[in-house]
Amino acid sequence: MSIFSRNPDPMGPLDYSRRFSLRFTVAVTLFFLYAPIIGLIVFSFNDSRRNIVWRGFTTDYYVKLFNNDALMLAFGNSLTIALFTTLFSTVLGALTAYVLWRYRFPGKAVYEGGMALPIVIPEICMGVAMMVFFARIGWPSGMIWPFNLSAITIAHIAFSFPFAAIVIRARLESFNPELAECARDLGASEYRVFRDVVVPHMKPGLIAGALLAFTLSLDDFVITFFTSGPDTVTFPVKIYSMVRFSVTPEVNAASTVLILLTLVVTAFALRMQNRNNMLGSAAH
Amino acid sequence: MENWKRSVRAFFAAFTPPTFWLVTFFIVPLSLIWLYSFSSKTGVTEITLDWNLGQYARALEPLYLGIFWKSILMASATTAICLVVAFPVAIAIVFSKPTMRMWLLLLVILPFWTNLLIRTYALIAVLRTNGFINNGLEWIVVNADWALSFIGLGDNTIVGPFEPLSLLYNNTAVVFGLVYVSLPFMVLPLYAALDRLDRSYLEASLDLGAGHIRTFFSIVVPLALPGIASGIVITFIPAMGSYLTPDLLGGTDSQMIANVIASQFKQANNWPFGAALSFLLMYATFFALAVRAVLMRKEGRGDAR
Repeated sequence: MSIFSRNPDPMGPLDYSRRFSLRFTVAVTLFFLYAPIIGLIVFSFNDSRRNIVWRGFTTDYYVKLFNNDALMLAFGNSLTIALFTTLFSTVLGALTAYVLWRYRFPGKAVYEGGMALPIVIPEICMGVAMMVFFARIGWPSGMIWPFNLSAITIAHIAFSFPFAAIVIRARLESFNPELAECARDLGASEYRVFRDVVVPHMKPGLIAGALLAFTLSLDDFVITFFTSGPDTVTFPVKIYSMVRFSVTPEVNAASTVLILLTLVVTAFALRMQNRNNMLGSAAH
Repeated sequence: MENWKRSVRAFFAAFTPPTFWLVTFFIVPLSLIWLYSFSSKTGVTEITLDWNLGQYARALEPLYLGIFWKSILMASATTAICLVVAFPVAIAIVFSKPTMRMWLLLLVILPFWTNLLIRTYALIAVLRTNGFINNGLEWIVVNADWALSFIGLGDNTIVGPFEPLSLLYNNTAVVFGLVYVSLPFMVLPLYAALDRLDRSYLEASLDLGAGHIRTFFSIVVPLALPGIASGIVITFIPAMGSYLTPDLLGGTDSQMIANVIASQFKQANNWPFGAALSFLLMYATFFALAVRAVLMRKEGRGDAR
């Protein structure tokens, strides 16, 4: 890696990034951040139940994982919740972003503050609030599958869409309002302006927002933990109960699957956002 | 931006759905537990709203004040360690070449996108009795003993038999875990603050004979102060309200405020008291955010000058 490569130029006074002490700190910090995760992934392939010493490569635990019905059901639940959350959060986030970007209205500062609340309040507070809310209004609990996941999905949408709104609004900043004005002058209705002029411009933001909502929903543990019942277990909640029980290679394998899934989605999102920025700066 | 009255129907078409969702599924639940925090528990499941402050008074009992204090202490320790670790990292990132900078930033943010539960679980494997650290130490001790046996000092005469350290299920483990999960929160604002820094000040300071350390404390720190404050606040808030880390890494005496709230809502089944604690935690959060907002506004004024 180039952190340690030699550079023939003499070191300038401000070349802090070439000082050994700082490079060493960065290397140690990155080791600290990555070693546990890499260890976890490596030991998911370890051929030993006790999960301590390396005993050879195996993919047995992945096979076991895919044959574990409870875990697969939890995984399916998580994906279903994440998909619905993504759909609703993107639409609600786009509308929020549009309103905040386009209009001046009384109490706008308070409204923006309210929209930021789900992002800033501690997860535990939102979790217990959701739990009390659904218990209090008597939300039906024993419904058939997808519908039994509705409470969790509703909670996930409530904390994901403000995040999506932020991403989408950042994209809207590069939109030229004169284009919309132009379409209106040419006789387009408000709906058509939104659909045919604003939404196409928003598109990279919409995709980035959707991917963000998807990872947020897939990763959430605390809020789900308080809104899920015994028959509505999600993947993180299931992993939590396994972790409490013991440290086994199955948990490592399950974690690795979740890490990979999140990484793929995040990589997509980052690419989208990058393109977002590039297009944004090209438009100026 | 245009006035909402110019196109009332379009405004409401876009305004209504998100507002409905936010109010029904966020503001109403929060208001509900706000009301609960002023209620009393009158039966196993009955709760009467009688506008008393008893729950808040109970939160001031030494036991719960102690837990609040402990949460603040642990979050402060986490923030301090993060600050010390993140500062050199942020400096190294800011002063590296643009491509390298992007990669380093990505590397710092990436763990942040990995599930919190999984990262905490990964730490269990590192810290437990048979974890990576203890096994590594055991290997060193055993081999040192073997090496010493050549000069006749083997068989545990100098290095005693290896005793695994108990690294897990105590307060240190919780702080370690909190540092592990909140480090990116600190690096990013510091990076942003240092990136805006005018480097000619640093050059001037060095030219005028100040050393690197003096330049750091009398030029870099004061100029980056708003960024530092911002980093402190956004590291402190999630650390203070964290539930999972103390739950999985902590022992019986490392409960933080979020764990007490959870147990009030689950095992203890005392919703009004849990609600009062939740709101105290939320007020603490808002206070920290207000501090940050004030500092950021100061910074804005500084830029305008």
